[in-house]
Amino acid sequence: MIENTTRDKEDKDMTGNSRRDFLKKSSVITAIALTPVAAVKASDLKLDERLSEAIEQMPLSIEINGQQHNLKVEPRTTLLDLLRERLKLTGTKKGCDQGQCGACTVHIDGVRSLSCLQLAVMNEGAKITTIEGLSDGNKLHPMQEAFIKHDGFQCGYCTPGQIMSAVACIHEGHANSELEIREFMSGNICRCGAYANIVNAIKEVKEGGAI
Amino acid sequence: MNNFQFKRVSSQVAAIAELSKDPAAKLVAGGTNLIDLMKYGVMAPDKLVDVNHLSFDVIKKEEGSLHIGSTVRNAVAAGNADVLKYQPLLSQAMLAGASAQLRNKATMGGNLLQRTRCGYFYDISAPCNKRVPGSGCGALEGYNRMHAIFGASNSCIAVNPSDMNVALTALDAVILVSGPKGNRKIPISEFHRLPGAHPELDTTLDRKEIITGLVIPDNNFAAHTTYLKVRDRTSYAFALISVAVAIDFDGTTIRDIRLAMGGVAHKPWRLKEAEQMLKGKVATVENFKMAAELAMKGAKAYEHNAFKLKLAPNTMVQALKTASGVKA
Repeated sequence: MIENTTRDKEDKDMTGNSRRDFLKKSSVITAIALTPVAAVKASDLKLDERLSEAIEQMPLSIEINGQQHNLKVEPRTTLLDLLRERLKLTGTKKGCDQGQCGACTVHIDGVRSLSCLQLAVMNEGAKITTIEGLSDGNKLHPMQEAFIKHDGFQCGYCTPGQIMSAVACIHEGHANSELEIREFMSGNICRCGAYANIVNAIKEVKEGGAI
Repeated sequence: MNNFQFKRVSSQVAAIAELSKDPAAKLVAGGTNLIDLMKYGVMAPDKLVDVNHLSFDVIKKEEGSLHIGSTVRNAVAAGNADVLKYQPLLSQAMLAGASAQLRNKATMGGNLLQRTRCGYFYDISAPCNKRVPGSGCGALEGYNRMHAIFGASNSCIAVNPSDMNVALTALDAVILVSGPKGNRKIPISEFHRLPGAHPELDTTLDRKEIITGLVIPDNNFAAHTTYLKVRDRTSYAFALISVAVAIDFDGTTIRDIRLAMGGVAHKPWRLKEAEQMLKGKVATVENFKMAAELAMKGAKAYEHNAFKLKLAPNTMVQALKTASGVKA
């Protein structure tokens, strides 16, 4: 049983409570301190916006495809947007952006997850693998090879998510039959309907024992 | 998404303190429901308190019960050896919900608090008493195919979308919570609410309280459990109807039984009258059909969900047949 008396440690929150409070106070101070002319000038230089930008961001240390990144991000930035918009890792796709299609599937600490429903700041210290990090240099991952061999796609938009999910599906031990593969791949939607070929690709990699 | 403050806490006391001082703060763990709702603008907390680093990530078999901590991921719980051994119904129900990716992040506490998937709740241009109290119910006269047939009110006919909650209800789980006034235990039957005049409240959890875990009392059901979920596609969809069955047999006689239904009410719907009827009876299809008829007493359909009045008892009979092994 978990009792609050045994588990309490000193709270080591990262941001403190004060960013918003500071902003509110700083606006008041600005209003008092600046003459109207200076205030207008500050506004022209967008100082308020720059100040708020600096304060509203949080430090984030995260490893992506083996590379360490020390970043500052807004709390509302999703992991998906961080990957695509900030780090230009556009292999991970934005489909529905609502956790319904699986196109944004990445591995977080080795576990497949939807990057669109993850705030980047919730992944402090995490190791992320995206489709760009799956191949070994120019040598494709066996699952990538199998998708090509079996024509596991038409338009290809869902494919990075399908492949990341497929690799995890085998690692989890959920690829022991066609039925099981279909059930445990159901979070990855393919509008082109390449499901039969996707299942064949996964079966081949599983049976080949390459991963 | 509106911006917000993000605060990581490492203790239960710190989390409760955050909730106490900021009425617009929300806890976040997996984020699979809350982040989605924030993107739609359905929820807009000022502050998110990240509880992922609290020490609730434990599953423990204890004397007389199984304890599952609130931040245990659904996928972890569903695959846990003790859960599979002592409470397989819970594992079956969790695996019927969402997708592998979502289950890898979604937590026990978060799933208990999962909000309805009613389209009018999600559509911020539509009236919804759950989202904006007093604004009306879009579903009542609208497209209500997914909606409740039990326990609804004129304020709200939404359903609880969770599969996990249906199994926990059948298994008489107890929710462990902690708040500024100390700890308390809430039986799951009293945890989720019916909408009444206040559909904005999904549960009886106080705003300042945090779920630390849940316990499931030991039982003799493990050999005969079924979670049957009927939905629009084979996998990865919310239930139209789901039924959780757990039976303890004395030969062919039903010594004890639990029945709960999902997709039918604002809370997981326990079928106590049907349970009572079946206790002491021999497992036969005739008895199952009589119990299903009893279970449907008081059901009320709306314009687009009358099919549930047939689908619910049929699903129940099928689930009972599967759990008991009775054929024909």
